[in-house]
Amino acid sequence: MDPLVTCLLIPFAAAIACLFCWRVPTLHRGIAVVAMVVYLAASLRLFFAVDAAGVIAVEIGNWPAPFGITLAADLTSAIMVVVTAIIGLAVTIYSLSDIDPAREKFGYYIFLNLMLMGVTGAFLTGDIFNLFVWFEVMLISSFVLMTLGGERPQMEGAIKYVVLNLISSAFFLSACGILYAQTGTLNLADLAIRTRELMQPELLTTTAMLFLVAFGLKAGIFPLFFWLPASYHTPPVAVSAIFAGLLTKVGVYALVRVFTLIFVGDTPFTHGLLLVLAGLTMVSGVLGAMAQFDFRRLLSFHIISQIGYMILGLALFTQWALAGTVFYLFHHIIVKTNLFLISGITRRYSGTFDLKKLGGFYQATPWLALLFFIPAMSLGGIPPLSGFFAKFAIVKASLLGDSQFPLGAPILAVVALAVGLLTLYSMTKIWNEAFWKEPATPLAPSSLSRRDAWLLYSPVVFLALLTVCIGLAPSFFFDIAMRAADQLLHPTAYIQAVMRRT
Amino acid sequence: MELILAITIGVLFAVAAFLLLRRSVVKMIFGIVVLSQAVHLLILTASGVKTGAIPFVPQGETALAATAADPLPQALILTAIVISFGVLAFTLAMVLRADQTMDTDDLDDMKNTDA
Repeated sequence: MDPLVTCLLIPFAAAIACLFCWRVPTLHRGIAVVAMVVYLAASLRLFFAVDAAGVIAVEIGNWPAPFGITLAADLTSAIMVVVTAIIGLAVTIYSLSDIDPAREKFGYYIFLNLMLMGVTGAFLTGDIFNLFVWFEVMLISSFVLMTLGGERPQMEGAIKYVVLNLISSAFFLSACGILYAQTGTLNLADLAIRTRELMQPELLTTTAMLFLVAFGLKAGIFPLFFWLPASYHTPPVAVSAIFAGLLTKVGVYALVRVFTLIFVGDTPFTHGLLLVLAGLTMVSGVLGAMAQFDFRRLLSFHIISQIGYMILGLALFTQWALAGTVFYLFHHIIVKTNLFLISGITRRYSGTFDLKKLGGFYQATPWLALLFFIPAMSLGGIPPLSGFFAKFAIVKASLLGDSQFPLGAPILAVVALAVGLLTLYSMTKIWNEAFWKEPATPLAPSSLSRRDAWLLYSPVVFLALLTVCIGLAPSFFFDIAMRAADQLLHPTAYIQAVMRRT
Repeated sequence: MELILAITIGVLFAVAAFLLLRRSVVKMIFGIVVLSQAVHLLILTASGVKTGAIPFVPQGETALAATAADPLPQALILTAIVISFGVLAFTLAMVLRADQTMDTDDLDDMKNTDA
């Protein structure tokens, strides 16, 4: 079967299979794990197919583009699908221990799989309205995951999360309607052709701003991020880990897609605005994190500041910068999910997320300290871990001077480096508070059963090893990112593959 | 016709913004309902309101008449209505549950998780 469709069908089939055995939650676990392993294999198959062929496009129902709905995968989408599969597998295994039986009974694994299907669909679609539909699939499943359990903090966080995301969807839908009215098409590749021929770039820029607000709200860029630190720390750790890793990055991916393929007619304005927003996002995120003393809230604020780096790469719009963005995306998803998973393990030992109450983990569980040290230092950008190369690429792209912003780019490079330093400060704060200082009450590391320890530690070790691998072989990964950036910068291959034109 | 629709859309967006800014959760939900209606109407109006003919290709011809209405925006709106209906059902259930757990519908009392 076609590699794109397979990637979409696996989580869908898993969700349906779980529905058939609704009354037996134990079966849900088995189905979810098997599905994620198969999904990882399918995503790798997709990646190698895209790597060999360039861009793959599939017309659903054999309606030729631009009339039918097209699925299209270039290297960026394929990379994102592979990372989704990696995170999906890690979080599913972690959930086996972290999610309580009541949540399992109410279909936790079903909605996890449906959400992954939505995320995959958003990465693979070649149609702007279809992107909206996949966003909604992803959102409504994430709403359920966010509220499942119905604890008070969850409901408070969920109301903000749900309402702001619905407003963002309204913006997205209006933007789709106006874009269709201007161009008469919804196919991304066809839009790329027609917008370049369009006579009124000012109207197009207005539409671009609507898309910026819609995707910016989902990505959590300045000043639209307030729902994120208010809600991401409320659901169970496994849920907040996959939200933190994947969901905002779908927004970033959508921004990258539309601002490289469609809205490139007025880059001094659109990408200049992105540049300013990137700087503000980085700074406000990292400053927000400094004030926090809750493990997960602190990490939530760091999501925002890291989103700024990705937007910076997109704003500079050169090959190095876009490669940096792609590299940053997959580095960040792995590292951030891992940090959230670790916050869950410390919580299992101590019963709290409050950094002031935590302590003594270095003495009690030296291995956990090491496992925290790897992603934390990677997030801070310490060589030779993956984060160093991600930041290096973005900063180098800012300093190369070949972007359209010869004045703004070096300033942003300085901002990026300063924010990197402050990130390191936050990570050191967690280290000092949770791992180094004497705990208020002595820890009992033996409280975790052998089964729980396996299920909680194995995803963390897996993701930490990946971070180290990316750091030790950066040229291999960066080469892929460079080719992905080349495809984003020169969308001819994408347009040809979708429109079947030569 | 377009002018009337455009003014209606503007009024709907204004009402939606007003409702969304209220402190009561229920009024906020009404705001979302009105907002989605405004967007649906916006899609319809932006793609051109035509009264010429229904979008069927006449027998023996291969293309639509120039005066025919564009069926695609209507298909988009239909999809969007279904989605907003589903999301609204979820949101109402969520608000009910939130009211049960928190015993309030004032958004100002729901600031405990804010950073």
